[in-house]
Amino acid sequence: MKQSFLYLFLFVVGVILALSGIMPGVLLNDNIATWVLYALLFFVGIQIGAGKNLFAALKRFGWKVLMIPLATTAGTFTGVLLISLLIPGRSLTDCLSVGAGFAYYSLSSILITEFRGAELGTVALLANIMREFSVLILGPWMVKYFGKLSPISAGGATTMDTTLPVITKYAGPEFVVIALFHGMIIDFSVPLWVSFFLSL
Amino acid sequence: MINILLCIMAGIAVGYLARKRTVMKYTGSLLSVAIMLLLFFLGLSVGSNEQVVNNFTSIGLDAFLLTVGGTAGSLFCAKWVYKKFF
Repeated sequence: MKQSFLYLFLFVVGVILALSGIMPGVLLNDNIATWVLYALLFFVGIQIGAGKNLFAALKRFGWKVLMIPLATTAGTFTGVLLISLLIPGRSLTDCLSVGAGFAYYSLSSILITEFRGAELGTVALLANIMREFSVLILGPWMVKYFGKLSPISAGGATTMDTTLPVITKYAGPEFVVIALFHGMIIDFSVPLWVSFFLSL
Repeated sequence: MINILLCIMAGIAVGYLARKRTVMKYTGSLLSVAIMLLLFFLGLSVGSNEQVVNNFTSIGLDAFLLTVGGTAGSLFCAKWVYKKFF
Protein backbone atom coordinates (compact mmCIF):
# COMPACT_ATOMS: atom_id res chain seq x y z
CA MET A 1 0.00 0.00 0.00
CA LYS A 2 2.73 2.41 1.04
CA GLN A 3 4.57 1.70 -2.18
CA SER A 4 1.45 2.29 -4.27
CA PHE A 5 1.07 5.74 -2.75
CA LEU A 6 4.72 6.52 -3.43
CA TYR A 7 4.23 5.56 -7.09
CA LEU A 8 1.15 7.75 -7.37
CA PHE A 9 2.93 10.58 -5.59
CA LEU A 10 5.74 10.52 -8.18
CA PHE A 11 3.20 10.50 -10.99
CA VAL A 12 1.43 13.52 -9.47
CA VAL A 13 4.74 15.34 -8.96
CA GLY A 14 5.50 14.77 -12.65
CA VAL A 15 2.11 16.15 -13.67
CA ILE A 16 2.51 19.23 -11.47
CA LEU A 17 6.06 19.94 -12.65
CA ALA A 18 4.97 19.68 -16.28
CA LEU A 19 1.89 21.85 -15.73
CA SER A 20 3.95 24.53 -14.02
CA GLY A 21 6.43 24.46 -16.91
CA ILE A 22 9.47 24.12 -14.64
CA MET A 23 10.57 20.86 -16.23
CA PRO A 24 13.13 21.12 -19.04
CA GLY A 25 12.09 19.41 -22.28
CA VAL A 26 15.14 17.14 -22.22
CA LEU A 27 13.47 14.90 -19.67
CA LEU A 28 10.57 14.29 -22.04
CA ASN A 29 12.95 12.47 -24.34
CA ASP A 30 11.25 9.15 -25.09
CA ASN A 31 14.53 7.29 -25.51
CA ILE A 32 15.27 7.31 -21.79
CA ALA A 33 11.78 6.04 -21.01
CA THR A 34 12.13 3.23 -23.55
CA TRP A 35 15.35 1.95 -21.99
CA VAL A 36 14.01 2.17 -18.46
CA LEU A 37 10.95 0.27 -19.72
CA TYR A 38 13.16 -2.52 -21.09
CA ALA A 39 14.98 -2.67 -17.75
CA LEU A 40 11.61 -2.85 -15.99
CA LEU A 41 10.47 -5.76 -18.16
CA PHE A 42 13.77 -7.53 -17.52
CA PHE A 43 13.27 -7.20 -13.75
CA VAL A 44 9.68 -8.41 -14.04
CA GLY A 45 11.08 -11.45 -15.87
CA ILE A 46 13.68 -12.04 -13.15
CA GLN A 47 10.99 -12.04 -10.47
CA ILE A 48 8.95 -14.56 -12.42
CA GLY A 49 11.98 -16.78 -13.10
CA ALA A 50 13.17 -16.73 -9.52
CA GLY A 51 9.70 -17.26 -8.04
CA LYS A 52 9.06 -20.39 -6.03
CA ASN A 53 5.29 -20.08 -5.89
CA LEU A 54 4.50 -21.40 -9.32
CA PHE A 55 4.54 -25.10 -8.53
CA ALA A 56 3.37 -25.05 -4.93
CA ALA A 57 -0.22 -24.32 -5.99
CA LEU A 58 -0.14 -26.87 -8.80
CA LYS A 59 1.01 -29.54 -6.36
CA ARG A 60 -1.62 -28.72 -3.80
CA PHE A 61 -4.68 -28.18 -5.98
CA GLY A 62 -3.79 -29.86 -9.26
CA TRP A 63 -4.48 -28.49 -12.70
CA LYS A 64 -7.77 -26.88 -11.75
CA VAL A 65 -5.84 -23.87 -10.39
CA LEU A 66 -5.23 -22.94 -14.02
CA MET A 67 -8.97 -22.33 -14.32
CA ILE A 68 -8.67 -19.21 -12.15
CA PRO A 69 -6.29 -17.12 -14.29
CA LEU A 70 -8.31 -18.35 -17.28
CA ALA A 71 -11.52 -17.10 -15.65
CA THR A 72 -9.86 -13.76 -14.87
CA THR A 73 -8.70 -13.32 -18.43
CA ALA A 74 -11.87 -14.51 -20.17
CA GLY A 75 -14.12 -12.58 -17.78
CA THR A 76 -12.15 -9.35 -18.05
CA PHE A 77 -12.04 -9.41 -21.85
CA THR A 78 -15.75 -10.25 -22.14
CA GLY A 79 -16.69 -7.47 -19.73
CA VAL A 80 -14.46 -4.95 -21.49
CA LEU A 81 -15.84 -6.00 -24.87
CA LEU A 82 -19.40 -5.32 -23.71
CA ILE A 83 -18.49 -2.01 -22.04
CA SER A 84 -16.57 -0.83 -25.11
CA LEU A 85 -19.94 -0.58 -26.89
CA LEU A 86 -20.74 2.27 -24.47
CA ILE A 87 -17.49 4.06 -25.35
CA PRO A 88 -17.85 4.84 -29.06
CA GLY A 89 -14.77 7.09 -29.08
CA ARG A 90 -12.36 4.22 -28.42
CA SER A 91 -11.51 1.19 -30.52
CA LEU A 92 -12.11 -2.29 -29.13
CA THR A 93 -8.39 -3.12 -29.19
CA ASP A 94 -7.53 0.06 -27.24
CA CYS A 95 -10.17 -0.86 -24.64
CA LEU A 96 -8.90 -4.44 -24.42
CA SER A 97 -5.31 -3.24 -23.95
CA VAL A 98 -6.48 -1.16 -20.97
CA GLY A 99 -8.40 -4.17 -19.58
CA ALA A 100 -5.34 -6.38 -20.09
CA GLY A 101 -3.56 -4.34 -17.42
CA PHE A 102 -5.37 -6.57 -14.86
CA ALA A 103 -4.83 -3.95 -12.15
CA TYR A 104 -1.09 -3.82 -12.87
CA TYR A 105 -1.37 -0.07 -13.39
CA SER A 106 2.32 0.83 -13.44
CA LEU A 107 3.40 -1.61 -16.14
CA SER A 108 0.26 -1.34 -18.29
CA SER A 109 0.12 2.47 -18.31
CA ILE A 110 3.82 2.70 -19.10
CA LEU A 111 3.58 0.22 -21.97
CA ILE A 112 0.48 1.84 -23.42
CA THR A 113 2.01 5.32 -23.18
CA GLU A 114 5.04 4.06 -25.04
CA PHE A 115 2.98 2.67 -27.93
CA ARG A 116 -0.19 4.81 -27.99
CA GLY A 117 0.68 8.00 -26.16
CA ALA A 118 -0.16 9.57 -22.81
CA GLU A 119 -3.92 9.85 -23.39
CA LEU A 120 -4.66 6.11 -23.48
CA GLY A 121 -1.81 5.63 -20.98
CA THR A 122 -3.72 7.80 -18.51
CA VAL A 123 -6.91 5.80 -19.09
CA ALA A 124 -4.93 2.64 -18.32
CA LEU A 125 -3.37 4.16 -15.21
CA LEU A 126 -6.72 5.27 -13.75
CA ALA A 127 -8.66 2.16 -14.79
CA ASN A 128 -6.14 -0.23 -13.31
CA ILE A 129 -5.73 1.77 -10.09
CA MET A 130 -9.51 1.64 -9.69
CA ARG A 131 -9.44 -2.11 -10.23
CA GLU A 132 -6.86 -2.59 -7.49
CA PHE A 133 -8.80 -0.36 -5.10
CA SER A 134 -12.08 -2.14 -5.88
CA VAL A 135 -10.60 -5.28 -4.32
CA LEU A 136 -9.13 -3.43 -1.33
CA ILE A 137 -12.48 -1.79 -0.62
CA LEU A 138 -15.07 -4.31 -1.88
CA GLY A 139 -13.16 -7.53 -1.12
CA PRO A 140 -15.56 -8.75 1.62
CA TRP A 141 -18.60 -7.96 -0.54
CA MET A 142 -17.08 -9.88 -3.48
CA VAL A 143 -16.53 -12.96 -1.33
CA LYS A 144 -20.10 -12.79 -0.05
CA TYR A 145 -21.81 -12.59 -3.43
CA PHE A 146 -19.34 -14.16 -5.87
CA GLY A 147 -17.49 -16.75 -3.80
CA LYS A 148 -13.99 -17.04 -2.41
CA LEU A 149 -12.19 -16.94 -5.75
CA SER A 150 -13.77 -13.64 -6.79
CA PRO A 151 -11.34 -11.22 -5.07
CA ILE A 152 -8.49 -13.20 -6.66
CA SER A 153 -9.94 -12.80 -10.15
CA ALA A 154 -10.79 -9.16 -9.56
CA GLY A 155 -7.32 -8.49 -8.15
CA GLY A 156 -5.67 -9.62 -11.38
CA ALA A 157 -1.90 -9.27 -11.29
CA THR A 158 -1.89 -7.72 -7.81
CA THR A 159 -2.92 -10.88 -5.95
CA MET A 160 0.71 -11.70 -5.22
CA ASP A 161 1.39 -8.38 -3.50
CA THR A 162 -0.95 -5.47 -2.73
CA THR A 163 -4.30 -7.30 -2.58
CA LEU A 164 -2.95 -10.46 -0.95
CA PRO A 165 -3.72 -9.35 2.64
CA VAL A 166 -7.38 -8.69 1.74
CA ILE A 167 -7.69 -12.06 0.01
CA THR A 168 -6.11 -13.83 2.97
CA LYS A 169 -8.45 -12.12 5.38
CA TYR A 170 -11.77 -12.59 3.56
CA ALA A 171 -11.30 -15.69 1.39
CA GLY A 172 -9.16 -17.48 3.98
CA PRO A 173 -5.50 -18.49 4.33
CA GLU A 174 -6.03 -21.64 2.24
CA PHE A 175 -6.38 -19.38 -0.80
CA VAL A 176 -2.99 -17.70 -0.40
CA VAL A 177 -1.17 -20.26 -2.55
CA ILE A 178 -3.80 -19.87 -5.25
CA ALA A 179 -3.55 -16.08 -5.09
CA LEU A 180 0.25 -16.21 -5.46
CA PHE A 181 0.01 -18.60 -8.40
CA HIS A 182 -2.71 -16.52 -10.05
CA GLY A 183 -0.76 -13.28 -9.56
CA MET A 184 2.33 -14.72 -11.21
CA ILE A 185 0.51 -16.06 -14.25
CA ILE A 186 -1.44 -12.83 -14.77
CA ASP A 187 1.66 -10.72 -14.08
CA PHE A 188 3.48 -12.51 -16.83
CA SER A 189 0.55 -12.18 -19.23
CA VAL A 190 0.09 -8.39 -18.81
CA PRO A 191 2.93 -7.22 -21.11
CA LEU A 192 2.09 -9.95 -23.62
CA TRP A 193 -1.62 -9.14 -23.87
CA VAL A 194 -1.09 -5.37 -23.82
CA SER A 195 1.45 -5.43 -26.63
CA PHE A 196 -0.66 -7.97 -28.53
CA PHE A 197 -3.77 -5.77 -28.50
CA LEU A 198 -1.76 -2.67 -29.37
CA SER A 199 -0.20 -4.40 -32.35
CA LEU A 200 -3.58 -5.34 -33.86
CA MET B 1 6.39 -6.50 -29.31
CA ILE B 2 9.45 -8.66 -30.00
CA ASN B 3 11.62 -6.44 -27.77
CA ILE B 4 9.13 -6.80 -24.94
CA LEU B 5 9.16 -10.59 -25.25
CA LEU B 6 12.95 -10.71 -25.41
CA CYS B 7 13.35 -8.55 -22.30
CA ILE B 8 10.97 -10.70 -20.25
CA MET B 9 12.36 -13.99 -21.52
CA ALA B 10 15.94 -12.86 -20.79
CA GLY B 11 14.77 -11.85 -17.30
CA ILE B 12 13.09 -15.20 -16.69
CA ALA B 13 16.22 -17.08 -17.79
CA VAL B 14 18.50 -14.96 -15.59
CA GLY B 15 16.04 -15.13 -12.69
CA TYR B 16 15.77 -18.91 -12.92
CA LEU B 17 19.53 -19.47 -13.19
CA ALA B 18 20.33 -17.07 -10.36
CA ARG B 19 17.33 -17.93 -8.16
CA LYS B 20 19.49 -19.19 -5.28
CA ARG B 21 21.87 -16.21 -5.23
CA THR B 22 21.59 -13.45 -2.65
CA VAL B 23 21.70 -10.69 -5.33
CA MET B 24 18.14 -11.70 -6.16
CA LYS B 25 16.77 -9.86 -3.14
CA TYR B 26 17.67 -6.56 -4.82
CA THR B 27 15.55 -7.12 -7.95
CA GLY B 28 12.43 -6.03 -6.10
CA SER B 29 14.02 -2.68 -5.24
CA LEU B 30 15.39 -2.20 -8.76
CA LEU B 31 11.93 -2.94 -10.12
CA SER B 32 10.42 -0.30 -7.82
CA VAL B 33 13.01 2.29 -8.88
CA ALA B 34 12.27 1.62 -12.57
CA ILE B 35 8.52 1.94 -11.94
CA MET B 36 9.00 5.20 -10.01
CA LEU B 37 11.12 6.70 -12.78
CA LEU B 38 8.66 5.69 -15.47
CA LEU B 39 5.60 6.90 -13.57
CA PHE B 40 7.37 10.21 -13.03
CA PHE B 41 8.01 10.40 -16.79
CA LEU B 42 4.38 9.46 -17.42
CA GLY B 43 3.33 12.28 -15.10
CA LEU B 44 5.51 14.69 -17.08
CA SER B 45 4.03 13.66 -20.40
CA VAL B 46 0.49 13.75 -19.00
CA GLY B 47 1.00 17.23 -17.54
CA SER B 48 2.47 18.60 -20.76
CA ASN B 49 -0.22 16.99 -22.95
CA GLU B 50 -3.10 19.42 -23.43
CA GLN B 51 -5.34 16.73 -24.85
CA VAL B 52 -5.09 14.84 -21.54
CA VAL B 53 -5.30 17.86 -19.23
CA ASN B 54 -8.38 19.30 -20.98
CA ASN B 55 -10.25 15.99 -21.18
CA PHE B 56 -9.44 14.64 -17.76
CA THR B 57 -13.09 14.11 -16.79
CA SER B 58 -13.98 12.08 -19.85
CA ILE B 59 -10.73 10.10 -19.51
CA GLY B 60 -11.67 9.33 -15.92
CA LEU B 61 -15.17 8.26 -16.93
CA ASP B 62 -13.86 5.92 -19.67
CA ALA B 63 -11.42 4.44 -17.17
CA PHE B 64 -14.23 3.90 -14.66
CA LEU B 65 -16.46 2.17 -17.24
CA LEU B 66 -13.62 -0.12 -18.36
CA THR B 67 -12.88 -1.02 -14.74
CA VAL B 68 -16.51 -1.86 -14.04
CA GLY B 69 -16.70 -4.02 -17.19
CA GLY B 70 -13.45 -5.89 -16.62
CA THR B 71 -13.95 -6.42 -12.90
CA ALA B 72 -17.60 -7.49 -13.20
CA GLY B 73 -16.74 -9.93 -15.99
CA SER B 74 -13.99 -11.54 -13.92
CA LEU B 75 -16.28 -11.73 -10.85
CA PHE B 76 -18.91 -13.71 -12.76
CA CYS B 77 -16.34 -16.08 -14.27
CA ALA B 78 -14.71 -16.59 -10.86
CA LYS B 79 -18.10 -17.43 -9.35
CA TRP B 80 -18.70 -20.05 -12.02
CA VAL B 81 -15.23 -21.64 -11.57
CA TYR B 82 -15.67 -21.65 -7.77
CA LYS B 83 -19.00 -23.47 -7.98
CA LYS B 84 -17.91 -25.88 -10.67
CA PHE B 85 -14.39 -26.86 -9.57
CA PHE B 86 -13.82 -25.97 -5.91
